[in-house]
Amino acid sequence: MNKRKLLAGPYLFWSVSFIIIPLFMVIYYGLTNDNGDFTLKNLAAMATPENLKALGLSLLLSVISTTVCLLLAYPLAMILTNMKVGKSSFIVLMFILPMWVNFLLRTLAWQNLLENNGVINTLLRFLNLPTIDIINTPYAIVLGMVYDFLPFMVLPIYNVLSKIDQNVISAARDLGANSFQTFLKIIFPLSLPGVISGITMVFVPSLTTFVISDLLGGSKVLLIGNVIDQTFTQGSDWHTGSGLSLVLTIFIVASMILVAKYDKEGKGAAF
Amino acid sequence: MPNKLIDIKNISKSFDDNLVLDDLNLYIRENEFLTLLGPSGCGKTTLLRILGGFEKPDQGRILFQGKDITDLAPNKRQLNTVFQKYALFTHMTIAENIAFGLKIKKKSKSYIQDKIRYALKLVNLDGFENRYPDSLSGGQQQRIAIARAIVNEPKVLLLDEPLGALDLKLRQDMQYELIRLKNELGITFIYVTHDQEEALTMSDTIVVMNQGYIQQIGTPEDIYNEPQNAFVADFIGESNILPAIMVQDKLVQILGTNFPCVDTGFGKNEPVDAVIRPEDIDLVKPEDGIMEGVVTHLIFKGVHYEMEVTAHNFEWLVHSTDMFPVGTKVGIKVDPFDIQIMKKPESEDEEAAAADE
Repeated sequence: MNKRKLLAGPYLFWSVSFIIIPLFMVIYYGLTNDNGDFTLKNLAAMATPENLKALGLSLLLSVISTTVCLLLAYPLAMILTNMKVGKSSFIVLMFILPMWVNFLLRTLAWQNLLENNGVINTLLRFLNLPTIDIINTPYAIVLGMVYDFLPFMVLPIYNVLSKIDQNVISAARDLGANSFQTFLKIIFPLSLPGVISGITMVFVPSLTTFVISDLLGGSKVLLIGNVIDQTFTQGSDWHTGSGLSLVLTIFIVASMILVAKYDKEGKGAAF
Repeated sequence: MPNKLIDIKNISKSFDDNLVLDDLNLYIRENEFLTLLGPSGCGKTTLLRILGGFEKPDQGRILFQGKDITDLAPNKRQLNTVFQKYALFTHMTIAENIAFGLKIKKKSKSYIQDKIRYALKLVNLDGFENRYPDSLSGGQQQRIAIARAIVNEPKVLLLDEPLGALDLKLRQDMQYELIRLKNELGITFIYVTHDQEEALTMSDTIVVMNQGYIQQIGTPEDIYNEPQNAFVADFIGESNILPAIMVQDKLVQILGTNFPCVDTGFGKNEPVDAVIRPEDIDLVKPEDGIMEGVVTHLIFKGVHYEMEVTAHNFEWLVHSTDMFPVGTKVGIKVDPFDIQIMKKPESEDEEAAAADE
């Protein structure tokens, strides 16, 4: 038994050095000022009009991109589930393939594609079509978020859907449900755990991203991630940066608790 | 004789290149307990799924009370299925599970409540309304699956190896339960199993299937006592299957020794197969038997002793409540009506049976 416990050693070392200690450092910096005295001022920094606006925009864009991801991913996951194994693994591969390319590179590629003199607009001008000017707007950021995070929505939903016993679906049909009723009353409720983990995996990184908004939003669109990033790097103000991070973390934890609570009440079989 | 309820006409079905059902014909009467019995891969479950509407046959029609239902979706058929692994809706309570079909049909609240209570009483699970399927044992889940199906008042209940996942004792209890249910409901049961004992216990009619063909249709007694070919004899219970020659009416030569029997109508000196059930062999003193042999194996089985007796280079399987130690010289005696004579396989169907052994 004790030898077994030793196996956890490397991970324990890792998590203490790189997760737990840094977390306490963030808490320490967030709750103190330059003199090392306790203060709540850093947390209150979130309440300035600019920061609130950035947080609001972050929430709005994350909700939109999570919704778009869900609307794209669910039908796709259903199609994948109903496919024969050989075919579906090919399409799953097609989906995962972009994930193997570094996320920064992919976002950079979108920047090049969307720029005013980028690939898409050059092509559109060549064809005498109206150009699309969405670079440096929230639209481009949503596009980037959806593109980067869509696989994180597809995979958990596909996972859950493919594990639903075909006999359960047959049973619903057998008991008189048509295919729409079967989806509404059986398939969707049973897939909720996957939907919820998909939402988590898209919503959280969308809410905290600063790279996507940096590259596709220019300096014109500030998300809360950018605010924190700038506080640390440009302002070199570790205390305010940590304070803002703490508030954001509380936001995320609260929304996850809310989601988990809903899941339990909905009896989404997430045990 | 009750009417034909379901008429299965010339059904063929293959998956990829694998022929699962080949030109199968069968009818099912009203209020019958019919069992499709066979080893795995014999096509019995596929036939059930075709009846339920979950598979379409490549050829042939299914008539239900004279109407063609071959192309009807499962939700439009007047029959309900109890699935192998229960297939309960885990996100719903027991009451919601049972009410599922009734809610779809937009029955009134009070009607649904009455039905839930009635169904739970019928399967001896009153008071389980608000539990979830995961908190129930396998046997209880199975009963809920049955309750969920019968509240819809189907004309036919299809059961796909419903007892397969239960342990022996529970399985036996559920067999009696199912017979009682069938008698109380007065509907037709079509039951799929690979367990011959289950089939013998519950059925009015047994359909023995192998490799997509029907091997024999009959009452449990017919199937057990008068198997029509070696496959059926071998599949239903243990048996000694011996090559034999029909010397004349009522006399068969087995391993060179003449045994009196009751079968007539075979050709003179026609080669046949003789089936003798292990419990039909009497072991007597060597001089009193028709054939002499030596006991080579002895196992105590509880109800009886299982012995192997070597006689004329054949290992006879014998069940007896009398014990003869290994090495004892014994005489083998068989009553004439305990010898079942079968024609040697010649048709395609029976060759399929033989090939499976």
